[in-house]
Amino acid sequence: MLGFRIAKRQEPLQWGSFFIFFAALALSLGISCLLLAVQGKPFMHALYLLWDGAFAHDYALEDTALKSIPIFLCSLGVAVCFRMQVWNIGAEGQYALGTIGATWAVLTFPNMPAWALLPLMFVCAAILGAVWAAIPAFLRLKLDLNEIISTLMFNYIGILLLEYLVYGAWKDPASFGFPMTVIFPDTAIIGSMFGRIHWGAAVCVGVGALLSVFLKKTRLGFELMAGGENPRAARYARMPYGFLVMLVMVVCGALSGWAGLIETSATLNRLQPNVMVGYGYTAIVVAWLARLRITSIALFSILLAGLRVGVENLQLELQVPAAFAGIMEGLLLITVLAGQFFNWYEFKRIPRTKDSGTAGEGER
Amino acid sequence: MAVELIIPILAATVQSGTPILYATLGEMLTERSGVLNLGVEGMMIFGAFGAFLFTHLTGNPWMGLFMAGVFAGLLGLMHGVVCLVFQGNQVVSGLALTILGAGLADFLGTPYVGIATTGFTPFAFPGLSSIPLLGPIFFKHDVLVYLSYMLPFLFWFFMNRTRWGTALAAAGEHPAACAAAGLNPQLMRWAGIFFGGFLVGLGGAYLSLAYTHLWTNNMTGGRGWIAVALVIFAFWRPGRAVFGAYLFGGIMAFQMRLQALGATLPSSLLLMLPYALTVIVLLFSSARGKGRTAPAALGVNIEPGE
Repeated sequence: MLGFRIAKRQEPLQWGSFFIFFAALALSLGISCLLLAVQGKPFMHALYLLWDGAFAHDYALEDTALKSIPIFLCSLGVAVCFRMQVWNIGAEGQYALGTIGATWAVLTFPNMPAWALLPLMFVCAAILGAVWAAIPAFLRLKLDLNEIISTLMFNYIGILLLEYLVYGAWKDPASFGFPMTVIFPDTAIIGSMFGRIHWGAAVCVGVGALLSVFLKKTRLGFELMAGGENPRAARYARMPYGFLVMLVMVVCGALSGWAGLIETSATLNRLQPNVMVGYGYTAIVVAWLARLRITSIALFSILLAGLRVGVENLQLELQVPAAFAGIMEGLLLITVLAGQFFNWYEFKRIPRTKDSGTAGEGER
Repeated sequence: MAVELIIPILAATVQSGTPILYATLGEMLTERSGVLNLGVEGMMIFGAFGAFLFTHLTGNPWMGLFMAGVFAGLLGLMHGVVCLVFQGNQVVSGLALTILGAGLADFLGTPYVGIATTGFTPFAFPGLSSIPLLGPIFFKHDVLVYLSYMLPFLFWFFMNRTRWGTALAAAGEHPAACAAAGLNPQLMRWAGIFFGGFLVGLGGAYLSLAYTHLWTNNMTGGRGWIAVALVIFAFWRPGRAVFGAYLFGGIMAFQMRLQALGATLPSSLLLMLPYALTVIVLLFSSARGKGRTAPAALGVNIEPGE
């Protein structure tokens, strides 16, 4: 009708990703500003506050960097799963189990020296997070149980488990009834590396580097990066498909568990329900935006961490509800999804022929 | 004696199960047309807010009910734009919708938290409520519950006995054949998304207009996800959906009573029940055998030019 038709490209648009992302970001910010206007908030000032709160000063940058650490770790795991089309949305629950594992180690061995306790915490967090991911993986492999629903349900259950523990057996007797554990001893706290940035950042760099090497230098990694369309990757890697599914889930569980451990130990210094802030869900957004490019994951983790910090600033200055961050994340993901259309499709003019009645026929 | 105890629980089961039933049938409609919409949780909350807002503004709960459907349907249309027009991944788009819908409801609803409004109140269905046993269980509820009794039958009738229903199902099973027959599968999918979303919104409305008469955060508590699971459990047919919805209604009613009785089990563990049950229920839903499989084209976008 319009003289155009939609055609699939021969190969995907190369440089398009960043352009698409910025277009999507602009659109999301625009719609968000509309929402702010609806609530009577000054949106231009809000935009400034977002930027100011997240990136404009040293303190803000540190805040952003600190928040990006757990997001980065969770996103790595989720990205690996998504690449294999394993729709693991359980990073939040796996994060929760990581916090539980780490806390268990601290509460059971309160007098262990730091050089033993901290590694033990890492081991426990990884194991519990991995188990929490392995169960849905097993259910999918053996019983064909949809992993989207199972991992999501495990999120709810994991968080309730955390609450059960901090309201009950692990509650600090001196906490006036508030649900929290005792403050961790210094031996259990991940210390500062540089100013306010703690060693969790080093963990991120290490894990990121390791994963990068794995993806680029091993056959399995290469196949995961190249396409990750399930059975193909398995065939070239000569590993059973089931093993791959379990592997990516366990890796994600362990990494998300570490994110939880790091937040509990370094940021809160104790376990309490507000360790759960939704990093697991943000990781989904990052993972989709960044695909399986480690540097992109780092970049988008920082960006979305900055969004959270900026929204905190908005909360403070303009009393904007915290849910605003969720709106922006959702909008961002939706607009990026729509924008990625242009990676694969383009508009082609319908060639005008003498008898133009037949032009464009066959395309609905 | 035991009967005296059971009847209130069963009545509460019906009440608890009603929003889940609406949401399940709504998502079922969408999925039958071939679109996987995981945004049910977000649409339900957003619908609940829409219902509350418009009832609060107009004083008319029917207006609120209608707008709940519209709100949720609009959110669903976003999913439609992303997937049907822009070929977006249906799984991820649905997840984004959940994040967005929940965020929107929370954000827009902040000024209204804790405020009460008018809504739908239970009344005894004339005549039928006097039937011993069945009367108190099924016929002493609000009008939305009574409407929900007709819904599964209407769904079945629409899908199996009308031309539009058959066309919609065809869009979900074999869009190419649907197009070859002169119908428009994309249009069917748009309809499935919007009207399915409308029903989901009604389920949300039930929570803020009938189950309670106020607005708080996180009213749905995962019911939207339970609905998604129940569509699978129901093998995409309305009959088993009814059973599933009331099963969950029962668990939630039971769990609330246990808590109220001050049971020794900590509330956190009790609260896990619906989520654990969802997983268990899916264990009984393996797609083996005729008539149990998902619509063949579920989750697969129709490429432009097909």
